[in-house]
Amino acid sequence: MMTIIFGLFLLSLLVIVAVAIVKTKNLFIAAMLLSIFSLLMASNFFILDAADVALTEAAVGAGVTTVIFLSALRLTSQYERGTLASTRWLAILVVVVTTIILMLGTFDSQRLGDPDAPVHVHVAPYYIENTQELMGFPNVVTAVLSSFRGYDTLGEVFVVFVAAIGVMFILDARKGTGPEYALPEEKGLKHHLIPRAVGGLLIPFIILFGFYVQFHGEYGPGGGFQAGAIVATAFILYALLEGERTALRAFPRSAQTALIVGGASLYGAVGVVCILKGGTFLDYSVLLEDPVTARQVGIITIELGVGMAVCGALLSIFHSFAARQPTGRIE
Amino acid sequence: MIETVTQLLGNALLILAAASVLIGGVGVIRMPDLYTRMHASSLTDTVATLALFSGLILHSGLTLASFKLAAIMAFVLLTGPTATYALANAAYSSGIQPPVPHGPEAPEPAGGGDSTAEEQSS
Repeated sequence: MMTIIFGLFLLSLLVIVAVAIVKTKNLFIAAMLLSIFSLLMASNFFILDAADVALTEAAVGAGVTTVIFLSALRLTSQYERGTLASTRWLAILVVVVTTIILMLGTFDSQRLGDPDAPVHVHVAPYYIENTQELMGFPNVVTAVLSSFRGYDTLGEVFVVFVAAIGVMFILDARKGTGPEYALPEEKGLKHHLIPRAVGGLLIPFIILFGFYVQFHGEYGPGGGFQAGAIVATAFILYALLEGERTALRAFPRSAQTALIVGGASLYGAVGVVCILKGGTFLDYSVLLEDPVTARQVGIITIELGVGMAVCGALLSIFHSFAARQPTGRIE
Repeated sequence: MIETVTQLLGNALLILAAASVLIGGVGVIRMPDLYTRMHASSLTDTVATLALFSGLILHSGLTLASFKLAAIMAFVLLTGPTATYALANAAYSSGIQPPVPHGPEAPEPAGGGDSTAEEQSS
């Protein structure tokens, strides 16, 4: 009962925030509202018992993307440009048609928590019953993500990889600069004592929590995606406090690229080692004598790869935006 | 006996937390300008956080959950006022002046002018 009340409350807030995002012309306000939207979404996931997704949404949606939006807005204009009347009608038409299709679709979907829903009778019972026996740890989400559905996760890691490369191709392309840009010495928040002191105090704990989430992912909510995002927020906080240049001196672009490539390669390499050991691609049970321990070793290794790739990708995307100087206001 | 006392004390603290959140919310709507509004909303950052987490710790007793709650309380107590400071500082340096009568000690804001337009948009 309480869950339903909380759910209704959060969903109504989501609708209000969504309308506010559409209505506002100021893009800074829209970016902050999107952050609130992600936080509400994370709470929503949490009351639906999807703690792993909630953690990702809070770290990436409310944390990193807000900073990336703000860095992007620094390069463009603060205000939305007016739209043409013809495109507006087209947009309204698309929205109305999509809404009608989605509403028709909900009539056919099962009620939330219906035990006879296809998702609950297909492969899910097998995963739930066999995770403890095959993997030796309780978090079914981690087992599904990294072992039962290991190919899908490999694909996701490469999506992150390609996204980072795409952003770097678009934003880092310029004439006459080497890999280390001649950045002007930025101040960051150097003259602000309080944020620097508090931030400096928090950064080690944020990184520690990131590692906890990384290596505790088999027993609690968490794993590579969440940990990578949390560690990335710590470095982004450092860059915001101490300035772009100091942050890049501490963690250079080459190291970030190495992290992306290394993480994705580590994941693939585990699969190749499995083949060389006589199994199929990403079948961890052949890695060691005992199949359960072997699966755990394989899962921890690929989760590490995922964490490295996500952390490196988010940091390079952030630095790609932050390193670019505004060339002129687009009005 | 002790259990009942801690439960009652916890309930009282939770009610205090809810009341200060409510007062903070009313203050944000009722106060005339940015700085006084932030003053009202900082009540939620400090008093409400302290009361809410102390109440929850009293409810959960000496468990791992209490320790986690204490850690979250420390985190929120550190970051909330810092965010308030950063917001006030950003507002001041972008030229939003507090509506005080122009006395001799009134400091000059770092930015300049256009304070009414900024207030409208924020």
